[in-house]
Amino acid sequence: MKVTRRELLKVAGAGAGALALGGLGVSYLVTESYAKDLKIKGAKEVRSICPFCAVSCRFIAHVKGGKVVSTEGDPGYPISEGALCAKGATMNSMVNSDHRVLKPLYRAPYSEKWEEKSWSWMIENLAKKIKETRDKTFTVKNAEGQVVNRLETMFHMGSSQMSNEEASVVVQAMRAMGIVYMDHQARI
Amino acid sequence: MTNSWIDIKNTDCCLIIGSNAAEHHPICFKWVLKAKEERGAQIIHVDPKFSRTSARSDFHVPLRSGTDIAFMGGMINYILTKEKYFKEYVNEYTNASFLVNPGFSFNNGVFSGYNAKTRIYDKSSWQFQKDEKGVIKRDTSLKNPNCVFQLLKKHYSRYTLDKVSATTGVSKDNLLRVFEAYTATGTRDKAGTILYALGWTQHTVGVQNIRTSGIIQLLLGNTGVAGGGVNALRGEPNVQGTTDHCILYNVLPGYLPLPRANMPTLEEYNKKTTPVTHIPESVNWWQHRPKYMTSYLKGYFGKYATKENDFGYSWLPKGDVAKSEREGDYSCLYCYEKMAKGEIKGGSIWAHNPCQSIPNSNNVRQALTNLDFLYIAEVHQNETTDFWHGPGMDPKKIKTEVFLFPSCHRLEKEGSISSSQRMIGWHYQAAKPKGKSKAMGQIMIEIMNELIDLYKSEGGVHKEPIVNLNWYKKYDAEAIAKRINGYHVGGEKKGKLLTGFGDFAADGTTAALNWLYAGSITDEDGNRLKRTGLAQTPMQKKVGIFPNYGWTWPMNRWILYNRASVDKNGQPWDPSRAIIRWDGAKWEGDVPDGGYPPMAKGGKNPFIMLPDGLGQLYGTGLVDGPFPEHYEPTETPITNHGFSGQLTSPCSKIIPTDKIAPPADPRYPIVLTTYSLTEHWCGGSETRMVPSLLEAEPQLYVEMSHELAKEKGIKNGDPVILESIRGRCEAVAMVTVRIVPFKIQGKTVHLVGMPFAFGWTKPGIGDATNRLTLYTGDPNTSIPEYKACQVNIRKADKVTELSYEEIKVEEHHG
Repeated sequence: MKVTRRELLKVAGAGAGALALGGLGVSYLVTESYAKDLKIKGAKEVRSICPFCAVSCRFIAHVKGGKVVSTEGDPGYPISEGALCAKGATMNSMVNSDHRVLKPLYRAPYSEKWEEKSWSWMIENLAKKIKETRDKTFTVKNAEGQVVNRLETMFHMGSSQMSNEEASVVVQAMRAMGIVYMDHQARI
Repeated sequence: MTNSWIDIKNTDCCLIIGSNAAEHHPICFKWVLKAKEERGAQIIHVDPKFSRTSARSDFHVPLRSGTDIAFMGGMINYILTKEKYFKEYVNEYTNASFLVNPGFSFNNGVFSGYNAKTRIYDKSSWQFQKDEKGVIKRDTSLKNPNCVFQLLKKHYSRYTLDKVSATTGVSKDNLLRVFEAYTATGTRDKAGTILYALGWTQHTVGVQNIRTSGIIQLLLGNTGVAGGGVNALRGEPNVQGTTDHCILYNVLPGYLPLPRANMPTLEEYNKKTTPVTHIPESVNWWQHRPKYMTSYLKGYFGKYATKENDFGYSWLPKGDVAKSEREGDYSCLYCYEKMAKGEIKGGSIWAHNPCQSIPNSNNVRQALTNLDFLYIAEVHQNETTDFWHGPGMDPKKIKTEVFLFPSCHRLEKEGSISSSQRMIGWHYQAAKPKGKSKAMGQIMIEIMNELIDLYKSEGGVHKEPIVNLNWYKKYDAEAIAKRINGYHVGGEKKGKLLTGFGDFAADGTTAALNWLYAGSITDEDGNRLKRTGLAQTPMQKKVGIFPNYGWTWPMNRWILYNRASVDKNGQPWDPSRAIIRWDGAKWEGDVPDGGYPPMAKGGKNPFIMLPDGLGQLYGTGLVDGPFPEHYEPTETPITNHGFSGQLTSPCSKIIPTDKIAPPADPRYPIVLTTYSLTEHWCGGSETRMVPSLLEAEPQLYVEMSHELAKEKGIKNGDPVILESIRGRCEAVAMVTVRIVPFKIQGKTVHLVGMPFAFGWTKPGIGDATNRLTLYTGDPNTSIPEYKACQVNIRKADKVTELSYEEIKVEEHHG
């Protein structure tokens, strides 16, 4: 059975109204009119997964005008059944946090500050640096003379925050460079 | 997890050890409580600290951090001497009857084949006896002194109640209480589950801690059954998926071993990494490894991978062969050691905060100053992005160039996530990336595209793997998910998605970036990761299997090794919680571990990933011994544990730059253990920025017993200083009954516990706890020993890391 939010509120409102508010002459219509004014009214529902522990609770984001306005647990996920912990419950604050890094930033050698840079400047300069380092220090053979084709002077410390598809892409890129020093939070 | 979150409800006894599930996996705990409320299951919590998990358990048993093998070894001894094991299961489904080479021995804490210079074992004496056809010899009466069962008995007969109690600090009464309750599940109609987390893995004996539960679950017949299993409560958002895709030094996606220097060709790789069995009832699933490897290379290099060029195998980096405990190990511990020596020039740290979350973090912070460049993708600035102006740093003297790429939030991108129970789900994009941020996948693709262009136009060293990469124009999660699932790239079905493991070929006609995920997207069903269906058969409903929700690897199987839940005729040991059943013609219930008929009808052994197909009570796969043996943590409050003369792990990964306090060092008499919080996430860089979470857990604290507080003249709320041989740390004292002193070998040993989510980039809340902890790693996994080290504690007269006065004022008014 598919229950819309509005029907759910109606049912809840009716029950509560009959017991608690009925005597005061207030009907469930109050609840319904309250629901009409909720900030999620008319919002698009988008399903996502909590980015914390690996219970992977599902939640629903309400999006209005391209902005996430609210998040709540997804009752359809049979494991969490709509519940969220203290962290998961704050998803809306997290995505809308004004502390987030929103621009590419660069710190020059011996500098005391960050500088804003364009994406293309960042990518071009970084790629040059990677190539220069790789070409200069690539290890074709190890101490025993065996061919190893690896880059020991660079590393990647990655992330369990990535989606599977991102992880797949990162691993392909790192191994293509020849990186062997590669690790992520699975080890810590 | 071998089982599922929901499956915990099916248990009769839930042993939570090395985990604080109620606080760190809060939403899963409802299934623990359901087992308690609906089945009357006993819930047991074994952990150094009383927590909210303990509060909801039938009983809590405090044990000294780092003594789990002694504890579990005592339980194995109890099972064997009191004959609590499930005999039919042990006979049919484990290697109890295998005969071990007579050259195998165990003397004074060390197994045969040990080399003290290289700190590794030569495992040849550990192998099984074989007949002329190569089939392992067995004694099904289990009486032969060289059979696994007798060796197991002999090994654990040393784990007497007295010794276990003296080492762990658990009273004999409490030991017996746990052993009796848990081993009561060793019958066909009972099931017990073991839940563990980082409290078990983060020790120099981490893997062997888990082996003890493997042994116990096999002895009690609890593996493969509903309400049983060995369940790792994985701790991070997609740690299961990122492990499956192997952002790890030692494996390629789908757990294919990293090629080594002694494997110059694909043929040699296949020969050295593909296991062989001569047991006819064994499936030996890894015999298919060459198919998965070739398909990976085809997925990786696309049309450039041909039979003629070994599918591009030579383009992959090769690691060195392990000739000592450190050789060929490229894990983070050795990486930071090398960085500290100035031997690493640059690299990337993505959505990871090692300056906060790697042990001996002072060393990590210093090591980063040796880099020429560092590129980071992050959602928030944190102790790592801003290391160059952290405490004690002079930016004017730090050469490191830092490129910080703004990474978007999960809600601003789509893709799939694998939960701890291996269930993969899809998350959709709710909003556009905020500001100029981008998905990490997109950032990586852009960097590589630039690099590919540079190598194409300018040439360069060993350019083939870069210019021949089967790469992407932009990040399209669904298109990548299909490449992960795999395609037929030749033959009759060319262009069709792979439907499962049976489709794989080693001749270059299939391409897949991760064989484990094959079947997750099919031409027939579309993207199964997106499914949210709740339909179940009555049998699935009873045990809580939802086969139409998302998709679970492997092959949508919810309970691993589920063919061990039935007898030889395919009938469940316990019909009241059947997960699979043979109906005479086919299996019903969960997807069985291989579709073979029951054993009595010519079936195959249930543990299909093991070469011999039987559960390993004795295993030759680990580097530090075929049986778990108690060793003290690297830093220990005692000088002799009484089990042998070998005090600490003979194979642990010791990093020479890491200072280690000698055993029972009077300067550092107190055990420190560390843990997470419900309100903060790991190093805390995201959650500290959420006001409600910071208000709930505002500052770094240290939990200690009233007895220790009294000894040290510390009152609840006092600012204190903790010191280890590696570093110092300020915290607020939380004097509590949740921690009690331990009686170890007749003497009092104190333990303190600290969270690690607080760092200097949020002023006044404290700084990295991991400045105290040490690098030393588990010999199998190189996971550092976060959970036990030695410290001292004193009342602080002055604090600089904590806004202490503010807290006092709040308390006064509050």
